[in-house]
Amino acid sequence: MPDATFLDSTELVLNMGPQHPSTHGVLRVILKLDGEKVLGTDCVIGYLHRGVEKIAENRTYAQFNPYVDRMDYVAAISNGLGYCLAVEKLLNVEAPPRAQVVRVILTELNRIASHLLWLGTHALDIGAITPVFYCLREREEALKIFEKYCGARLTTHAFRIGGLLYETYEGFEREVRDFCKMFVPKVDEYEELLTNNRIWKARLIGVGILSAEECKEYGVTGPVLRAAGVKWDLRKAQPYSGYEKYDFEIPTRANGDTYDRYVVRMQEMRQAVRIMEQAVEAIPEGPIMGKVGKVIKPPVGEAYVSIEAPKGELGYYVVSDGSTQPYRCRVRPPSFVNLQALDRMIRGGLVADVVAVIGTLDIVLGEIDR
Amino acid sequence: MFKLLKKIFLVDLFQGLRVTFRNQNPKYIYTEQYPAERPQVAERYRGAPRLNNNPDNGETLCIACNLCALACPENLIVVGSERNEATRRKELTYFTYDTSRCMFCGLCEDACPVDALELTQDFELATYTREGQVWDRQMLEEGPKPTQYKC
Repeated sequence: MPDATFLDSTELVLNMGPQHPSTHGVLRVILKLDGEKVLGTDCVIGYLHRGVEKIAENRTYAQFNPYVDRMDYVAAISNGLGYCLAVEKLLNVEAPPRAQVVRVILTELNRIASHLLWLGTHALDIGAITPVFYCLREREEALKIFEKYCGARLTTHAFRIGGLLYETYEGFEREVRDFCKMFVPKVDEYEELLTNNRIWKARLIGVGILSAEECKEYGVTGPVLRAAGVKWDLRKAQPYSGYEKYDFEIPTRANGDTYDRYVVRMQEMRQAVRIMEQAVEAIPEGPIMGKVGKVIKPPVGEAYVSIEAPKGELGYYVVSDGSTQPYRCRVRPPSFVNLQALDRMIRGGLVADVVAVIGTLDIVLGEIDR
Repeated sequence: MFKLLKKIFLVDLFQGLRVTFRNQNPKYIYTEQYPAERPQVAERYRGAPRLNNNPDNGETLCIACNLCALACPENLIVVGSERNEATRRKELTYFTYDTSRCMFCGLCEDACPVDALELTQDFELATYTREGQVWDRQMLEEGPKPTQYKC
């Protein structure tokens, strides 16, 4: 028996997760608490480990394509784009212009779908129940376009190496235009619900601050980095898939707290609509598949391609040994890197804010555990 | 002063409530009443697999080329074939498809050269047993028969 007295302030170790609904999956956070104050956190990951990188070594390049959708299942199309671009770089081919524009439309639509799910669940965690219903309602419209285009709503398998398999369906452009027109007033509606709401502000402002220097130290990317004031977006910094043709802005904020990350993501949704509006007006005619053989057999070499996924920099590093199967496929998932900053953001905060900070990082455990 | 009044009269909260009440209008109802009201899935939807028969004579379209089994990332398709000495052609003897391992990526239907294997719009694949998930040739040709509820 420890000889602690009643008045001793003892530290309490508390397990949060893996079944906790606010950890957005199966993240387990071991919290060290002093009353309400968080003294430190320890993340236990791996509950959703499926060995995707190892699976890649036993599949052909085309066969591995559906598996990447299952890493960040909220933004499956972005994952597919990253993988396809990496293998295309290995093969030294480029998708035809028509395929590139359709890819941009679908990835931006997926960015909106991902941010909508984030907004709904994040608000739900914090206590605003209403936005989740509205967000999922609008997300449904985006998922319907995915379903009509490629036959699946979530794990889409929309892109193929070298371009696209599916031609756009009848009325695709009209539906994307309708979505853009419908969506901007809906963002205003969410902002009306949340942006000036005093409870929302009290819960978010000044919580989980991560400065620009700390972001760079941890390698944090995406909206978390931009909310700290760093103007870094791979769509502008290293344009891929024809992003240099579109006119859009990188929303940034200065403070790097949870509220700023919320504002940045809301702005990003508006910018995504802007990109889609430009892209849908300029879908060129032409083939949708590049010059890729039936059997994909890249020359010996390696390629790293990173894209701006909704959650940050998503990188695919593919090594080829000249056979039909990748020698190694390494994924740089944005959620995994962003999660490392959790301890820094929450240390010294209150236990109620842990949920807010996990929510604001926008993690997907499928991607962290792979 | 104005700010204080705004705060006292809960302007920000009423602003949010206005949105909520605007969405109360019954014409914005979005929920599908699923078992009674069945969704119409998209034409390209990748659901239950089906092995197509020739509509004219009822014979299977499958030529037992094994390409779908080779394309499948999960190796869940097994194609059995036999050489017919009379016609000197390979003929399909059995075909199993394990839907419990299938991720509906559609690579098998892309690989099929004669459009025999197809992922259809049927999406209700639940069964009571694990063995029921492994579909044989007959099941693949007939397709699932989900119970339809009328309310």
